[in-house]
Amino acid sequence: MPCEQCQEREAVIHLTQIVNEQVTTLHLCERCAAEKGVESPGSQPKTPLGSFLAAMGEELPEQVPAPRTGETCSRCGGSLQDFRESGRLGCPDCYRSFEVPLRDLLRRLHGSTHHMGERYADHEAAPAPGAGAAPPEDRHQAAELREQLRLAVETENFELAAELRDRLRVLE
Amino acid sequence: MIDLSLLTDGGVGWLDASGPSSHLVLSTRIRLARNLAGRVFQGRNSETEREDILQIVEGAARDTVLLRRAIKFRLDRLERTERQLLHERHLVSKELAGLDADGRVRSGASVLVQDRLGVMLNEEDHLRLQGLHSGFALDAAYAEVDRLDAELGQRLAFAFHSEFGYLTSCPTNVGTGLRASVLIHLPGLVLTKEISKVLQGLAQVGLTFRGLYGEGSEVVGNFFQLSNQTTLGSSEYELLDHLGKMVRQVMDYEEQARQVLLRDAPAIIEDKVWRAYGLLRYARALSFEESMNLLSGVRLGVGVSLIPDVGMYTLNKLLVYTQPAHLAVAEGVVPNDPELPVRRAQFVRKVLESEVGRRG
Repeated sequence: MPCEQCQEREAVIHLTQIVNEQVTTLHLCERCAAEKGVESPGSQPKTPLGSFLAAMGEELPEQVPAPRTGETCSRCGGSLQDFRESGRLGCPDCYRSFEVPLRDLLRRLHGSTHHMGERYADHEAAPAPGAGAAPPEDRHQAAELREQLRLAVETENFELAAELRDRLRVLE
Repeated sequence: MIDLSLLTDGGVGWLDASGPSSHLVLSTRIRLARNLAGRVFQGRNSETEREDILQIVEGAARDTVLLRRAIKFRLDRLERTERQLLHERHLVSKELAGLDADGRVRSGASVLVQDRLGVMLNEEDHLRLQGLHSGFALDAAYAEVDRLDAELGQRLAFAFHSEFGYLTSCPTNVGTGLRASVLIHLPGLVLTKEISKVLQGLAQVGLTFRGLYGEGSEVVGNFFQLSNQTTLGSSEYELLDHLGKMVRQVMDYEEQARQVLLRDAPAIIEDKVWRAYGLLRYARALSFEESMNLLSGVRLGVGVSLIPDVGMYTLNKLLVYTQPAHLAVAEGVVPNDPELPVRRAQFVRKVLESEVGRRG
């Protein structure tokens, strides 16, 4: 049976979905299934990022402008292609060199791009033992959450927005 | 052969079953991923650069309170059995120990260990700070690793980004770099076949599970490592709080499942746990997997007070010392020696005889 999506490759994954109380079965090849976020046991990617990276690769040409510094990281010479293959970045500067596609990836991996934890500089200012274990200051956190909520609504990430709104309610 | 007795309590203090809820939770582990600023990540660096990192970080660590007396193991200079031994003690990852399929150890791969704290060097990230506590102790374990992070952070320049947080080689760890894991024993949920529902539920709330030895390992003996999946977008406090709440819920489910088993199938359960005890006590050959499953049965029996007189410490000790490398080292053979199952059964009988007495 050919894949219903691309009509080219053999369908190897049969995905049963319930949409509006209607049961539908999709017959997909491995690649099209991976794009939909479905993985067959045999298609386990080498890295845990596999499906994200595959999706990222597909979308890159249309959605993401070329990284500011060209194809490779100016610091380590690593490219996005290297990253897609190994699942690992070359150096800390890669996060700047590939900031745009990475931000998109981080949003999908973590549901956020903003570090909310301890800040490195804090260690210099307040190296008190165990200081990091204390809850962050609510007011500051609420402001950050509101900013994230605004971004989530802007980018139509409503699932994240709902979660952020719930967290804000708890705080306020 | 490396001398693990150099470590305080041999690096297995976390197995003393002294921690909170230790009848269900074996250990709590906290790991923080850190990299040095201005240096390429491990995947792209050279042997010389890894030696540099080792020297710089060890120098800084010797200057701290928490790792001043640390024992250093250079994995790249150890035999395979010795590396496996450190891995079985949960002191190093499978990757650092070079136990992955390709079986190669990276040059510069090392670990510093002092009491419950350690730092893996030249792993996927330059530094992997870790702390291992007995029982269910997220806050205590984190507080200790956090102190180490602060001590090292004052002496080293870590790669940090104002938006993304601590930068890591793999974007799955970026932000806090925090992975908190709770090693929990869930035979009740497995027996009542509720486990897949529970694990699916955990996935929906952003948690993940692994086997006894962490990433990429299989579940044996009904031990599951539950941990946070994401590291960015929540504070360390929130990540720990969320994991803690969910683990508490899983513990409740497990207790309920045990009550259901005792109520609906008391004879079957009683037979099952005593059968496990009997096999451990009298079998003449035991594979690692079999002994793990039997230990799981006895652990359940002790947990629901069907089997008296067997201590959790005894069970934990058996769990550690019946692992292939541990047993092989104790017996002076190689871990894949065909005699090992016989030696394992002998070892288990001896421990049960001396620590449990002649009842049962």
